[in-house]
Amino acid sequence: MKKFIKNIFVNNSKLSVDELISKKTFISFFFFFLFIAIGIGAWKWLWNQPLDNNMSGAIQKPLRAVLNFNEKIFDKTLSPNHLAKAYPTAEAARRVRVNGNVGMGNDFDAAAWKLQVIKNNGDTLFFTLDDIKRLPKTEIIFNFKCIEGWNQITWWGGARFSDFVKYYHLENESNMKYVGLSTPDEQYYVGIDMPSAIHPQTLLCYEMNRQPLPMNQGYPLRLIIPVKYGIKSIKRIGTIFFSDERPRDYWFERGYDYYSGL
Amino acid sequence: MKKMVKKHPLAMRWFHWINFPILMVMTWSGLLIYWANDVYKLGWNDKTILKFFPQTFYDAFHLNYKLAQGMAFHFVFMWLFFINGFLYVLYTIISGEWRELVPNRHSFKEAWFVVLHDLHLRKLAPPQKKYNAAQKIAYTGIVIMGMGSIITGLAIYKPVQFWWLCELTGGYAFARILHFALTIGYSLFFVVHIVQVILAGWNNFRSVVTGFEVVKDDNEKISA
Repeated sequence: MKKFIKNIFVNNSKLSVDELISKKTFISFFFFFLFIAIGIGAWKWLWNQPLDNNMSGAIQKPLRAVLNFNEKIFDKTLSPNHLAKAYPTAEAARRVRVNGNVGMGNDFDAAAWKLQVIKNNGDTLFFTLDDIKRLPKTEIIFNFKCIEGWNQITWWGGARFSDFVKYYHLENESNMKYVGLSTPDEQYYVGIDMPSAIHPQTLLCYEMNRQPLPMNQGYPLRLIIPVKYGIKSIKRIGTIFFSDERPRDYWFERGYDYYSGL
Repeated sequence: MKKMVKKHPLAMRWFHWINFPILMVMTWSGLLIYWANDVYKLGWNDKTILKFFPQTFYDAFHLNYKLAQGMAFHFVFMWLFFINGFLYVLYTIISGEWRELVPNRHSFKEAWFVVLHDLHLRKLAPPQKKYNAAQKIAYTGIVIMGMGSIITGLAIYKPVQFWWLCELTGGYAFARILHFALTIGYSLFFVVHIVQVILAGWNNFRSVVTGFEVVKDDNEKISA
């Protein structure tokens, strides 16, 4: 060992081949192990960074920063012309998978349900299901993608969110950056960027397989948003509001990407 | 008389050793994601030969209930994986290293002889330069697999925006299978690679750290 270190400072031309091999090997491995140590250190640094919130499942702040950066890159590819692929009716699943029941409490009073829309000026508008059905009906058969990794071709019918906004004169509201939606019991809530919300395939959905939505699929009205993972297709919409800040989002708070775009 | 001969340029060594931990993180975070919908198996109908993965595997590596964490790490380290891989390919093209790496029309036949030689079924290995034919195929193949991971990864990451990529890779569900299968491929590559490195010995391993190999003056390798 002593010799290695001594030889580091000796001119190469004065060393024998064996000494030179030892010297160069020593120096290279010194930097190799240094590189490994720096790598481990960097990993530990990242691992120990503060979390982005205090809920279980929260992620390190630098990771969140990169996810937000990814959004800035990939929201450029979102376009009203990029549609989720449509499938023939025959391919739509008869038994539609039910995943998640947050906000689907049993104490829901279907007869009393009205959709609340909070306008920018503070007014609250109330809509019945017939108010939504009055809008042109859009049907879509697409491959529903869950963030867990499964997918299923399913049939949905409803009104385009963009038609709803236009018909009920919510233009001022739709000029904002985000729309927030929550269940009547406020247990489940999502935030969606406006370009995705007014995408032509985003539906205020009241039918599944040509039938009214079943209770466990969010009767009477849910969102279907094919440009996002299923976590954003909130069931049983109670309230809609608009904001320039990110509305709170159930799964975002639990470590998932806010954008969750496909 | 011994001699030091330059073998691996510094850039190649950097790319190699940077890629290793990045691929480890990608594989680990990928497993956290896969766990949430772990439907793949080897077998047919009701018969399962190998389930990906048995519960004991998840338990041993603490892979349960970490989907959000897995996605977060995966979509951060994907950039490093992509950038390092991109620069590596760019470097091999610009430096001319690709000539040592890309197989030619003789390589597949020669690679077979190399395999036979390694299994001690054939006395002589075909003559080679820096890499033998089997290495050329393996090292080019692994780069193509890397590109495959990026393409199938992007296809399942943004299947609507890159719908054409999703179609190209066989649709959303199939692209996910490919993405998974490629990782199994890396794991197999890794095992063979490690065995070969151990068999090749210290002089060979050292060259991937130091860059030089020690040879006798008559150009025969010393297995030190």
